[in-house]
Amino acid sequence: MALTREQLAQRVAQELQDGFYVNLGIGIPTLVANYIPDGMEVMLQSENGLLGMGEFPTEETIDPDLINAGKQTVTAVKGASFFSSAESFAMIRGGHVDLTVLGAFEVDVNGSIASWMIPGKLVKGMGGAMDLVAGADNIIVTMMHADKKGNSKLLPECQLPLTGYGCIKRVLTDLAFLEIKDGAFHLIERAPGVSVEEIIEKTAGKLIVPEHVPEMQF
Amino acid sequence: MAGLNKVVGSYEEALAGLTDDMTIMVGGFGLCGIPEGLIARMVELKVKGLIAISNNAGVDDFGLGLLLQNRQISTMIASYVGENATFEQQMLSGELNVILTPQGTLAEKIRAGGAGIPAFFTATGYGTPVAEGKETREIKGRHYVLEDSLTADFALVRAWKADTMGNLVFRKTAANFNPMMATAGKITVVEAEEIVEPGELDPDHIHTPGIYVDRVIKGTFEKRIEQRTIKQTAEA
Repeated sequence: MALTREQLAQRVAQELQDGFYVNLGIGIPTLVANYIPDGMEVMLQSENGLLGMGEFPTEETIDPDLINAGKQTVTAVKGASFFSSAESFAMIRGGHVDLTVLGAFEVDVNGSIASWMIPGKLVKGMGGAMDLVAGADNIIVTMMHADKKGNSKLLPECQLPLTGYGCIKRVLTDLAFLEIKDGAFHLIERAPGVSVEEIIEKTAGKLIVPEHVPEMQF
Repeated sequence: MAGLNKVVGSYEEALAGLTDDMTIMVGGFGLCGIPEGLIARMVELKVKGLIAISNNAGVDDFGLGLLLQNRQISTMIASYVGENATFEQQMLSGELNVILTPQGTLAEKIRAGGAGIPAFFTATGYGTPVAEGKETREIKGRHYVLEDSLTADFALVRAWKADTMGNLVFRKTAANFNPMMATAGKITVVEAEEIVEPGELDPDHIHTPGIYVDRVIKGTFEKRIEQRTIKQTAEA
């Protein structure tokens, strides 16, 4: 079975480490915050200028001056800090964020990512995505392995305008967990019940398959 | 106005000298931390042909969306403009020139502009449409794009507290682009929620020193929320 949105978030959460500073993109990456293991200390960075993002507020604690990068009202945890957007991107560009999780339309065997622009459709802007992919060393891209027609989104070369060139090393799809190195996708894990054959069929870019591909554990 | 007292009593004074075709910076992220009264005054002034630098473009009926509705902006430099139908129409019809800029690059362009740095290299955008036509350079094995800095004729800033000398404190994520923009305007105008006397702000806690600020006005703010998200209780 392909992973659900929640399972994608759960699998990413397994990559968290105690003491990490983490930036979570909009959509599935945001859900990762729900699966931080008990007892683990992780600080969430929101690129508009908040380190230590907490859960959504109540009607009593809601504050228009406290939002996340998705413009949603949020809270700040104990030990949080606020700063300008320039300071925020100094953290990101300077490589101080331990893990970045974001979505994508396409990735390719060279680690390039396309996530912001579909020609012919209205372009709304890249926001902070280009800075995040260029600045972070440890990035996990969460995405669908193929579109609804079965066309692969893991390509020999991205077809859409890029968000970043050669900057992605790990991809989690609804079917598989993969690493990108030496110009190929390397299959690391498969979703429970998903066959290696299906992953091969739905991966257009060069794919290296080891002899044994373990199922993801939840 | 006398000496270092920068407080003005009216929006007319606050934006005196703002004319057609000028470049303006407007603080805020979405609708959070925008100088609401200064934007309203620009609508009244009917200034046209503005080059507006702001992370977003407001929504249809609030923030910079108000200027867009009146077709007062000719060029918009922003990182994300998704929440505004007026904007989309004007962009598609070609009426509005849009320069989409990565958020961190935009923030740094403004910071650099205020700090007297004309351009800088960043890895952000290398190999993407953002780098087209720009100088690139390989430094220590990595590719970078040369990005010009930005300054403006007017920087319009929202602060939480200002003292009469223009020292500023911002509140929570309403800081966003405001601190950098305060440094990058030929004329920096601050709309503050509260104005206090010099000495009332702890010098250790001032975010923006008054040297960057030219005018301060006391504003009142609606503080509209764009995405009201509330914690789901166990059982609704």
